[in-house]
Amino acid sequence: MTVYVLRRLTAGLVLAVLVTMITFLLLSTSFDDVASSVLGNGATPGQIAAQKAQMGLDRPLAVQYGDWLSHAVRGDLGASYFTSEPVRSAITARLGVTLSIVVVALLATSVISVALGVAAAARGGAVDRFAQGAAMTGYLVPSLLVAIALVYVFAVRLHVFPATGYTDFSENPARWASSIAIPVVALMMGGVASLTSQIRGAMIGELRKDYVRTLRTRGIPTRSIVLRHALRNAAGPALTVLSLEFIQMLGGALIIEQIFALPGFGQYAFNASLQGDVPIIMGISLFGVLLVVAVNLVVDLLNGWLNPKARIVS
Amino acid sequence: MTTPNADTRRRSTLRRLIADPQAVVSASLLVVIVLLGLLAPVLSDHGADEANLDAVNAGVGDHGYLLGGDKSGRDIFARLLYSIDTSVVSALIGTSIALAIGITSGLVGGYFGRRVRGVAEWLFSLIMTFPGLLLLIVLMPVTKGDYKATMIVFGVLLSPGIYRLVRNLVLGVKNELYVDAARVSGLPDRRILRRHVLTVVRGPVIIATAFLAGSSIAVQSGLAFLGVGSNTVPSFGAMISEGFTNLYEEPLQFLWPSLALGIITASLVLLGNALRDALEGGRPKPARIVTATAYRPPATESAVSGLLTVDDLAIAYPTPTGELKEVVSGVTLSVAAGETLGLVGESGSGKTQTAFAALGVLPSEAVVTRGSIRLDGRELLGLSERELRAVRGTSIAYVPQEPMSNLDPSSTVGAQLVEGVRAATPMSTGEARNRVLALLARVGIPEPERTFRSYPHQISGGMAQRVLIAGAVASRPLLLIADEPTTALDVTVQAEILDLLRDLRREPNMTVLLVTHNFGVVADICDRVAVMRAGTVVETGTTEELFARPQHPYTRTLLDSILDETTLRTDPPATPAGALETEKR
Repeated sequence: MTVYVLRRLTAGLVLAVLVTMITFLLLSTSFDDVASSVLGNGATPGQIAAQKAQMGLDRPLAVQYGDWLSHAVRGDLGASYFTSEPVRSAITARLGVTLSIVVVALLATSVISVALGVAAAARGGAVDRFAQGAAMTGYLVPSLLVAIALVYVFAVRLHVFPATGYTDFSENPARWASSIAIPVVALMMGGVASLTSQIRGAMIGELRKDYVRTLRTRGIPTRSIVLRHALRNAAGPALTVLSLEFIQMLGGALIIEQIFALPGFGQYAFNASLQGDVPIIMGISLFGVLLVVAVNLVVDLLNGWLNPKARIVS
Repeated sequence: MTTPNADTRRRSTLRRLIADPQAVVSASLLVVIVLLGLLAPVLSDHGADEANLDAVNAGVGDHGYLLGGDKSGRDIFARLLYSIDTSVVSALIGTSIALAIGITSGLVGGYFGRRVRGVAEWLFSLIMTFPGLLLLIVLMPVTKGDYKATMIVFGVLLSPGIYRLVRNLVLGVKNELYVDAARVSGLPDRRILRRHVLTVVRGPVIIATAFLAGSSIAVQSGLAFLGVGSNTVPSFGAMISEGFTNLYEEPLQFLWPSLALGIITASLVLLGNALRDALEGGRPKPARIVTATAYRPPATESAVSGLLTVDDLAIAYPTPTGELKEVVSGVTLSVAAGETLGLVGESGSGKTQTAFAALGVLPSEAVVTRGSIRLDGRELLGLSERELRAVRGTSIAYVPQEPMSNLDPSSTVGAQLVEGVRAATPMSTGEARNRVLALLARVGIPEPERTFRSYPHQISGGMAQRVLIAGAVASRPLLLIADEPTTALDVTVQAEILDLLRDLRREPNMTVLLVTHNFGVVADICDRVAVMRAGTVVETGTTEELFARPQHPYTRTLLDSILDETTLRTDPPATPAGALETEKR
């Protein structure tokens, strides 16, 4: 078990190195622009070259990347070209905001999708039509529009929730909840749609299997057959969809944060990217990959717990 | 492949699409929208970026602006039309890149060896690990925010989905006999891929394309909303963003682009779904776990008597055209307390359906059209699931045919059996556990404790069948229904399971309905036999009578066929069932 986790973490680190390396290589094609944007408008080619040399951007790429990596390993991600703010503390400060909405959205997505998908598969009829309708709506309406419509109705018209801004959980949990409520709902739509369809399909497949019939012949209550047996078997593939959904939501959070003026990861990344602030972009890539690696590991461990055949023997 | 058959199939798919209002409406909407986009210069006198400072926030129809002006004084109508072009170009770039990379690598990865696939797999999972939108933003310094360059990157990000789709389809078709035949006959790989494999891949890829186009447009708008790219490129996202800042004063400026974007993406999704229905048949419908037995038999006295009496039972299934087709038509049989009745017949004769009806576990599509099933005088047809639950386990129990698929793969053997025992008879977990362990020993499992803790995949088929028999007799049922309990097992294991059944039969008050197609098994352990053919019982009698003087020609044919087998075969271990060996003892 520990060996397995360690092996997966090592693979994750290799992945992080690869992704940051590719990001760096791609970014290296724009170093001229980076230097000129630091200098401001009207810089001469000579000035740009001098600026590049001063920032160390003229060194061989391998040396530059190695330099970044050796610092990153020690927890030093450098500082912003423009504000000199250290990247690591800047990202961790903003990560809390992004993770608040993404994690809450992910949990809510799982709960709603399991309830809807299971009810649709086990009961059929009107419940099934409702679940399919809800999933379809989630697919059809772009989440961008959902977000804006929600702001308009709940914040502007009804004043139930604040339209923009963020309150930290440690400051005031109730305010925190109401400040992330609309962003979370907007972020969830697509995820609920695809996860509900996935669970509905998997449950329909499970409930048609032989072991369900045999359990019925033993007098076991339907509720237990559906929830303890069929759902457990259907949950494996659904978890995989959920981990892909997390990646999606991490991306979707960028747009949501912009709409609701939340001081998260996304806005920070966006502004850094507009300016070509290489240290920040590298830091963001690193954090992005590490988050995905962590979530995938959790999903695989959960999968092993659910599915004895996938369980690791070591 | 232009065989006449493939041609008619393609035509019927097209006809099904035309008959589907969802497909027609969404496809026509898309065609109209694309045409509007293409005809933008003709339809509007104004350019997308032509600003008229007098027309800032102009009302509908003012200054020759059909839908009014935006906050920079530009014609909203013209901007909408030109935004369509941007969306179409985005969709074209995103989908074609994703399809080109995904299909090529999917064909190669699926068709050629493991090593090529390993490399492709690894590369694509690398791409999938990174949040797409974040990557697009991170790469802004590289793409310079140009939406075409961004869509190229997005196409690459979409390609893993297509790769997986195509790879799975190719892996599925690769081992089909006709592809094998083509390979053996020396056709070059390239031609096999083109002629046989591409035809299989085509349908699902067409469906996926609709969704790819939808997500390309959504992402392009999302990025434009965020402000990625030049603001001279007209885009729904940019218009929505401007409308959003102006939402309180001029809500219409926000409404138009949202509506347009909503209609386009919704049409693509609906079209994709309609294509899926037409090409792959409908989506699966849920099967309610409870059997729908609408039929309630009249409360008349049954002519036959016994522990289980089935009287004139008929079961039908709906055909695709909506009519009912009978699979069991008028079965009458009875099993007296303490006896073992063999229900014999070829596959498809309705034996298993009759058994399922007695247990109340027919599939939910099945309809019982007439008849009666009584257990110990009580009518079972028409009982609710809750009432049936009280009967199952304690009064009537079931041993299935295929042992592995009848155990829940994710629970331990012990947990499944304990749950069944406790559902039928209220008792503590500890008591139930002890009873299950005793039963496992009783059915001949050498290490009951270990099997108790095992998962189904950790035990052999023979052990699994013993576990299922233990599960069936756990609550001391009056009637045991065993459906071909030995068919799926190895010959030597078959003999052991038959020994176990014969042994259990001797327990007091054990009544058994044994469904089988094997006369050897019948001769071995049945007191009486009912022969079924095409949904009815053609002959009933004691085992001796039936073997000595078969009345019905069908029974004679069945008996002759097994006699042939035993006389022709000279190598004893290969006889069809262990039962025939025991017959000789």
